[in-house]
Amino acid sequence: MKHTLSVLVENKPGVLARIAGLFSRRGFNIDSLAVGITGDPDISRMTITVDAAEHPIEQVTKQLHKLINVIKITDLDPDNTVARELSLVKVGTDARTRGEVMQIAEIFRASILDVGRKSMTIEVTGTTEKIEALEQLLKPNVIEIVRTGRVAIERGEK
Amino acid sequence: MKGSEIIIESLKAAGVDTIFGLPGGMVIPLYDALYDSDLRHFLARHEQGAAHMADGYARATGRTGVCIATSGPGATNLTTGIANAYMDSTPMVAITGQAVSPLIGTDAFQEADVTGITEPIVKHSYLIKGAKDIARVFKEAFYIASTGRPGPVVIDIPSDIQLADIEYKPAGRLDLPGYKPTLKGNMKQIRSAADAIAAAERPVVYAGGGVITSGAEKELLALAKLMKIPVTTTLMGLGAFPENNDLSLGMLGMHGTGYANYAVTNCDLLIGVGARFDDRVTGKISTFARHAKKIHIDMDPAEISKNVPVDIPIVGDARDVLGGLVAELKKKKRNPKQTAAWFDQVIAWKQKHPLHYRDLKGSIMPQYVIEEVNKITKSDAILCTDVGQHQMWSCLFYTHIKPRHFISSGGLGTMGFGFPAAIGAKVGRPDMTVIDIAGDGSFQMNIQELATAVCYDIPVVVCILNNGFLGMVRQWQELFWNKRYSDTVISCQPDFAAVAEAYGALGMTITDKKDVGEAISTAIKSKKPAVLDFHVKREENVFPMVPAGKSIDEMIGGHK
Repeated sequence: MKHTLSVLVENKPGVLARIAGLFSRRGFNIDSLAVGITGDPDISRMTITVDAAEHPIEQVTKQLHKLINVIKITDLDPDNTVARELSLVKVGTDARTRGEVMQIAEIFRASILDVGRKSMTIEVTGTTEKIEALEQLLKPNVIEIVRTGRVAIERGEK
Repeated sequence: MKGSEIIIESLKAAGVDTIFGLPGGMVIPLYDALYDSDLRHFLARHEQGAAHMADGYARATGRTGVCIATSGPGATNLTTGIANAYMDSTPMVAITGQAVSPLIGTDAFQEADVTGITEPIVKHSYLIKGAKDIARVFKEAFYIASTGRPGPVVIDIPSDIQLADIEYKPAGRLDLPGYKPTLKGNMKQIRSAADAIAAAERPVVYAGGGVITSGAEKELLALAKLMKIPVTTTLMGLGAFPENNDLSLGMLGMHGTGYANYAVTNCDLLIGVGARFDDRVTGKISTFARHAKKIHIDMDPAEISKNVPVDIPIVGDARDVLGGLVAELKKKKRNPKQTAAWFDQVIAWKQKHPLHYRDLKGSIMPQYVIEEVNKITKSDAILCTDVGQHQMWSCLFYTHIKPRHFISSGGLGTMGFGFPAAIGAKVGRPDMTVIDIAGDGSFQMNIQELATAVCYDIPVVVCILNNGFLGMVRQWQELFWNKRYSDTVISCQPDFAAVAEAYGALGMTITDKKDVGEAISTAIKSKKPAVLDFHVKREENVFPMVPAGKSIDEMIGGHK
């Protein structure tokens, strides 16, 4: 089962290494990781997606809590969370296929960032499923994909 | 004020008066400041020795141990000592020099990424980036190392920062938003634990090093006496409960007593306190205390249900929680007959499966040496050990009565720990007799510290149980590997007594059983560092033993 952990940390050198090291030491693979500052410049937020059975995720969050620079950890409830990621997809196109790719982009509410003679770069934002669906459609002609990690926030006023 | 002088001021502010270390290029400024200070510094002969001395000092006194090493190899030599302190939750601050700030990351001479290397084996670490941070970092480091579940904290300081000249401002208030150890146990949980204890017919307490760390031995004894609960301890918990009390079961686990292992296997309530259900304790995890409801009291929430699922977890300081339990239980009606049959059963196991060994004529039995140490010191010495067979015999054949009197490498199992730890313990407790039980294999791993002991006149008595083997591995090879003694026979060995004499210590070789007691007494009375080389029976095994992967009641060699 995939878990999305939202982790507030002190913005101090070495914090990312401590957290990444802890996951690998305890046998977890990080699927995706996004780090950014919060409203308070002394505090950063890490959004970490990991694959885990229920029991070990509890163990790893407890171990995370033991890191001195970790302030708060939330294991986000997927039913009560909005999550997004962003993908930049470079697709090989020519005059013949350009129109079709633009149509697909429109359906996915993706925007076109760059058009060249033989390629086109699309920016798409959305859930993992949406991005994967788009990538699947474009797959035969994809030159390169660059994806961010997932960021997520709880619904409601909390 | 120089950065190095601020370090000294910060150490003093933390209450430090004793340091173990070894200088090198990147800590010359710090040692220069030490030169003028009134802090006691003990020069070790190897940085690993310094780390273990700080560890032994901390365990004997309850204060935070401090060690210093230079950058690069000095720091990497400390790492075994840091890992050891981490596994056994010893409060320690390790200070390392670092290459000058502008050269960090350039593979400079004697540069090593110390915070990176030690990251998995520290409670926390710092790489100081500016002299203005020194006072704050030291205050935080000592607070983190010594509170909650204690552990080692590394402070890495580039030498240019030690030299920087700034105005000294003592550290302000601590600001650690991510660090708030839970000291007080949840009252609701304490009440439900008290209910479970009051209802139990076959309860056992399983106590670990956390009881000693929190100073909860009185509360533990009060609980055991009040409810007549037998108590077994882990290796780290030896001394947390007096073994001369009827309720004591001694140590449990792989080399635990038969009666402790039977009691834990058959109990209906297991009360774990300050212990972590380590694999050397539990054996086959699915059958460990399989009939028991489990209460787990621990400072560290990550230990709760890590290895064994527990029914009533209580996060908190052992002393607070045990005190709370005793108070709750005193309010209840107690039926003394409820556990009477269980207590009789425990006594019957003790009588049927006592610790024993065959005393062979013409040999010095290693267990006998421990018994003699026990007798001569009246069970009132600080006993340190290395790791292996001699360690297990020290656990089993010495009567552990008081906390902070048994100092041994539990979690990491570090050969070479005992002797430097004994030096540190003696420095911290000069009033105590300090004995190091060593193996002939492990003693050679930090034998150079004889120079430290002699130089500072630290009268530690080393008893080598010399069997010419790496004995514990040999035992496994005998029992499980067809007696193929691959590289466990130590065929080339120094004359340990002569080595000791060459360092200026007292050295004796003992080959006859009748000389054992006198040698120990003479060494203690000499008030000199001493090495007693006991040539013991060579292929003696530690029994009882739970083979790897078996339930702890499936012991071999546990029957008379």
